[in-house]
Amino acid sequence: MDKSTDIELRLLIEAIYLKYSYDFRDYSGASVKRRVAHALRQFDCKTISALQERVLHDPTAFMQLLQFLTIPVSEMFRDPSHFLAIRQEVVPLLKTYPSIKIWIAGCSTGEEVYSMAILLREEGLLERTIIYATDINPSSLEKAKQGIFSLENVRAYTHNYQQAGGQRSFADYYTAAYDYAIFDKTLRENVTFADHSLATDSVFSETQLISCRNVLIYFNKKLQDRAFGLFHESLCHRGFLVLGSKETLDFSAYSKQFEPLVKQERIYRKL
Amino acid sequence: MNEVAASQAHVPGIEAIVIGASAGGVEALLSIFGNLPKGFGLPIIAVLHLPDERRSHLAEVFARRVSMPVVEARDKELIEPGTLYFAGPGYHLSVEHDRSLSLSQEDRVHHSRPAIDYLFESAADSYGKGLLAILLTGANQDGAQGLLHVQQHGGTTVVQDPAEARVAVMPRAALALHTPDHILTLSRIGDLLASLESSSC
Repeated sequence: MDKSTDIELRLLIEAIYLKYSYDFRDYSGASVKRRVAHALRQFDCKTISALQERVLHDPTAFMQLLQFLTIPVSEMFRDPSHFLAIRQEVVPLLKTYPSIKIWIAGCSTGEEVYSMAILLREEGLLERTIIYATDINPSSLEKAKQGIFSLENVRAYTHNYQQAGGQRSFADYYTAAYDYAIFDKTLRENVTFADHSLATDSVFSETQLISCRNVLIYFNKKLQDRAFGLFHESLCHRGFLVLGSKETLDFSAYSKQFEPLVKQERIYRKL
Repeated sequence: MNEVAASQAHVPGIEAIVIGASAGGVEALLSIFGNLPKGFGLPIIAVLHLPDERRSHLAEVFARRVSMPVVEARDKELIEPGTLYFAGPGYHLSVEHDRSLSLSQEDRVHHSRPAIDYLFESAADSYGKGLLAILLTGANQDGAQGLLHVQQHGGTTVVQDPAEARVAVMPRAALALHTPDHILTLSRIGDLLASLESSSC
């Protein structure tokens, strides 16, 4: 019975790729399996095959399934010590560039983007920076563009911001309205939000810094290496790559082509 | 599954061990691992519920008291024999089909991330009947579903004797959902692990 489930899962992932060009074939299997199981309950489908039939014939159903397949778990200034290290170790070097391009890969609903924009503004760099914020999920990108977050969460982010070396009052960056915090839209004046897949798309620009946090853990080694390859190609000489707190280049084919700048905070430089 | 029969429990063909614990778990795990024979040859993967914020010192604490290498599980790391892996705080820990470890940040399960259920279920998918899953003391329901999954995939399940468990909620929840192969005290669980080792060499 379980063998059949694994077969059905592979067929679903293949069907999604063939029909919609979303490529989950090299995602870490255990997590995908759980998320599909979760979707089955929400879609009220008895089998993965039944779910497959639905998404093949109904693009709206696929877009709903996509919300299960991607994991929009994020927060602003997540791992504050990481952002503090960027401020202290990376920003002084970024300041030597006349103009800066930053790629936030897998930006989800935008928390990482606004965090980076706030940090850059306080360091006087935002005006000469272009940020490319990419994700595969159009709904997440739409939310990221809005820059509206729940006020309850923003209270927790305030603590992160302070610990990350924030220089002002976090409330300076948003307007509270009912239960929401609407972030200052000038923060995203230089942000380009775009649909981009680390699994299927290629490099689109030369960049000085790439932030890809808590995205690679969902990829298998092969796909991680594809992503690292894209980052390596996009980064300028001595460009910065920053990862999530549990992500590492150690097991990658690219480990020799980067050096750690702040290893504990997962900040690397291209060699 | 009674205590006497279980004391002679012999489980051949075990390739990996997964252990879950919550409240009272540190002492329980120390008691089990403290008596493992030197050179224990199987991998052990453990989820112990922790407050999210803290950096985990579990690996360091256990490394000083256990005679095998102890590490915090890292994403995409291949599972090595004779190594004790702990799930770090804030991420679920899973076993992949290629017998590597993976981390994820899906929603909490029973308010917990890492979740015992996710480790047990994914390990059962990978190891099947070669898996031994052990659920210890704790104050929530995590792990019960996972043990059932392990059993359905041919693995061996062990629940700590609720009479002995510091907090019996978790063992009882598991017993309510399935009948394990063994219900054992911590000291018997230690014996069982030691016997696995001698039988596998």
